[in-house]
Amino acid sequence: MATDATRGSTLRDAVGLGVAVGLYGVAFGAAAVTAGLDPWQACALSLLMFTGASQFALVGVIGAGGGALAAVGSALLLGTRNTVYGVRLLPLLRPRGAVRRAATAHWVIDETTALAVAAPDRQLAKLAFTAGGATIYLGWNVMTLVGALGADGLGGTAQAALDAVVPAAFLALLWPRLQRAWAEPAAQRRVALGGAVVALVLTPLVPAGVQVVAAVVAVVLAGHWRRSR
Amino acid sequence: MSELWVVVLAASLGCYLLKLAGLSVPASWVEHPTVRRVVEFVPAALLAALVAVQAVAAGDGLVLDGRLVGLAVAALALALRAPFVVVLLLAGAAGAGVHLLS
Repeated sequence: MATDATRGSTLRDAVGLGVAVGLYGVAFGAAAVTAGLDPWQACALSLLMFTGASQFALVGVIGAGGGALAAVGSALLLGTRNTVYGVRLLPLLRPRGAVRRAATAHWVIDETTALAVAAPDRQLAKLAFTAGGATIYLGWNVMTLVGALGADGLGGTAQAALDAVVPAAFLALLWPRLQRAWAEPAAQRRVALGGAVVALVLTPLVPAGVQVVAAVVAVVLAGHWRRSR
Repeated sequence: MSELWVVVLAASLGCYLLKLAGLSVPASWVEHPTVRRVVEFVPAALLAALVAVQAVAAGDGLVLDGRLVGLAVAALALALRAPFVVVLLLAGAAGAGVHLLS
């Protein structure tokens, strides 16, 4: 049985993370509108897609003038992470029935998985997932709206600031994967470098957005070929 | 419905189904070594490609401007373990600064 103290600290972690992620939502809302989405589309993404990296990827490809398939493709490629998280969360959360399973699925993201997996027992894992999911969902959506409405009236300087925020946001998402705490950081660094180089080389040659998906396919194939030799 | 709405809704549905699949398919499918390998490395390749394209691509050319300066500032802030929000604010400030000076 969890004590009140451990419940309290689990809740504090969950709510703290929700507030921090909410602030990040402002950047997403503003980036989406700058890329050419209307505020409703920005909010629809946060409500319905609700997985930050995929949302930023979709908006990034659209902003670069990319086509529909490239935009959807890069969002889905990043979304595959959540499938693995679901497998990891299932024994912890054990949602009963199709309705609960469907509702639980919507909140399966980086942050809620981290909270649930870090919790000391199964009961606290459920609490962390639910409390974290609720605060992150609320914060992310409200702040997306704030960012989306705020971006409309931006002048040139604010626009330049936002243009610089988007690549920095992707770097911040990438960063932990390149650090020593991550499994196989050296391989992750090689993969990241390969992805960046291929994307830049392809930029003048293929339609906008396609280079991003092509870079991923090239690097994955190269890794597969290297291992199967 | 505009094409952009179709993109928004189709990608949202796809991402939701990927989440639902994790809670629904047998674990052995997702834990197949090849699948695990791909899922482990796709984010690094994709995020790095997005970093590069968002920082220097403009249409089908490459341009060096405040975005790259912002990225360098962000990398420095991340190396110093600054929180997410601080990293974004510093990158934005650097981008705005370059715009004002140029």
